[in-house]
Formats: sequence, C-alpha cells, structure tokens
Amino acid sequence: MIALGLEQNMAGPRIRNEADPVALEEAALVDQARGGDLAAFSELVRRYERRVYRTARHIVQNDEDAEDVLQEAMLKAFEHLDSFQGNSKFYTWLVRIAVNESLMKLRKRKSDRSVSLDESIETDEEPIVREIAVWDDNPEQRYSQTELREILDKAIDSLKPIFRTVFILRDVEELSTEETAEILGLSIAAVKSRLLRARLQLRERLTRTFKRKGDQILGYV
Amino acid sequence: MVTCKDFLRELGEYLDETTDPATRSALEKHITECPNCWVVFDTCKKTIQVYKGMDPQPLPDPVHERLMKALERKAVTLGVKEDCSEAKA
Ligand SMILES: [Zn+2]
Repeated sequence: MIALGLEQNMAGPRIRNEADPVALEEAALVDQARGGDLAAFSELVRRYERRVYRTARHIVQNDEDAEDVLQEAMLKAFEHLDSFQGNSKFYTWLVRIAVNESLMKLRKRKSDRSVSLDESIETDEEPIVREIAVWDDNPEQRYSQTELREILDKAIDSLKPIFRTVFILRDVEELSTEETAEILGLSIAAVKSRLLRARLQLRERLTRTFKRKGDQILGYV
Repeated sequence: MVTCKDFLRELGEYLDETTDPATRSALEKHITECPNCWVVFDTCKKTIQVYKGMDPQPLPDPVHERLMKALERKAVTLGVKEDCSEAKA
C-alpha cells in the first residue's frame, strides 16, 4: 500500500521525547548493542536498513555502491557505538555515517567539482522558475506504484549531489534543517538555500509529467 | 509590497511555515493576487508531499543477508559477548 496523501498536511517529523516508549526502547537497544549484543544491534539494523539504503542509493546512484555504503555504515556504527552519545537520535547518527560514506564513494568515482559540498559553490544565485503549469488534482493516481517510483527517483537523480543530498535528508528522510546542517557540515542558511533550489528543480521536472493536460504553460514575464 | 522575486526568495521558509507572521501575511496576499506564484507555491508543496508519501522499499533479501553476514563476521573480530561466553563455557 502506498500512502501518497497529497491532501495530507505537511507536518514535520514526529519528535520523540523521553516519555515516548519507542524512544525508551530504542535507547535500551542501543545500550545492549553497545555492550556487544549483536541481536540488539540487528534489531536496530532491521529498523533502519531500508532508509539508510535508500539515502545511499539516492546519493551514489547505483545498487552496488549503495550496498557497500549500507554495509560500511552499519559495521562502523556497530564498532563505534561508544562514540554515540545519545544526544541526537540514533538514526541521525547512523545516517550521518552513511552520508559520509556515500559522499566518499562519489568523490572516489568522479573528480567532479559538483560533488563538493563546499559552501562557496553557487548558493547566492536566484532560484530559477521556468515552467509554470497547474497540476492535476491527484496526478500520482494516474501511475502505478512502480511507475511513480521511477518518475520520482529519476527526478532526484537528475539533481546535482549538493542539491539531492540536502533534499533527501530534509524532504525524504524528514530530518530537521539543524540536523541536516550538522550532518553535512553546512550552515543553516546553506541548507535552506540548497533545499529551495532542489525543491524548485524537482517541481520543474515533475511539472512536465504531472501538469494538467491541455493547460497552457504560463511563465513569468 | 512583495514582488515575485521576493516571493521566490521566501518560498522555502513559507513552505516550511517558518516565516514571521508579518512576512507570512504579505506572502499570502501576494499569492492571492499573483496566479504564477500561486502555481509555483502549490506545485512545490505537492512536490514535497509526493516524496514524503513514498515509503522506503524493502531491502532485497540477498542485500539484507549479506549485511547480516558481514555483521556476524565483524562481531567475531570484535570479540563480542556471545563469542566470549561461548569460549568460556
Ligand atoms: Zn508573483
């Protein structure tokens, strides 16, 4: 079952506090795993492997490297669980390791400057909007799950690493701006400006697919 | 007076609902008067929602199995509890 819910409101990620039984249980699992309990760690793996793999897959853009990243990230997390202080959520700590591994893969593969997450690269340009067209009410319903996934993945894959990485962490994994900034070693302002540009670029690409048929494309004059 | 350029610059904060109330009402006023900016806002919002609604796909079984194998090997090299207790028993 796919829950697309264009109608849903855009609530942020659920914040887990100390009183949350899920958070307490997770803290206990982390403690057990820290003591070397592989079964406890396996439970944490089971919870987060899909999301870690998806994030890695979006950054490195192939299955083989994504699997490498998944393994390396999980092994590192298991080995260095001592350095997880419990100030942040376990998942945030884990995904940070995975993002670093993913970016390292990219850098090894390309000597491309676009791989760099440097603050200096194109953050002050004005966001660009070309295609302005109304979408169908529920355009995603015209497609099967598989088709829709393909459309959405292809759109993300067309973004430069610095944009897709921020978009994945903020809008797919639903991490906060602060968490994303911390993971990527960027300022809050840089995260915000890249996120906006990523959103606008995706909107642009999806408009070509999801626009209401027969409508004229408008444009800023 | 909010221009389209201003609106685009503030769009990220507006989508995340992190603008201050005065800016927010100025931006809201702009999109009631400017169809282009309304469309950009609306389709941007839908873009975010369509991605948020996608659940991660299950990991292919072999990928999961290879991961668990690698972890077991790691546990052995780290000499974790299970192995120690077995060795002592
Ligand atoms: Zn406008």
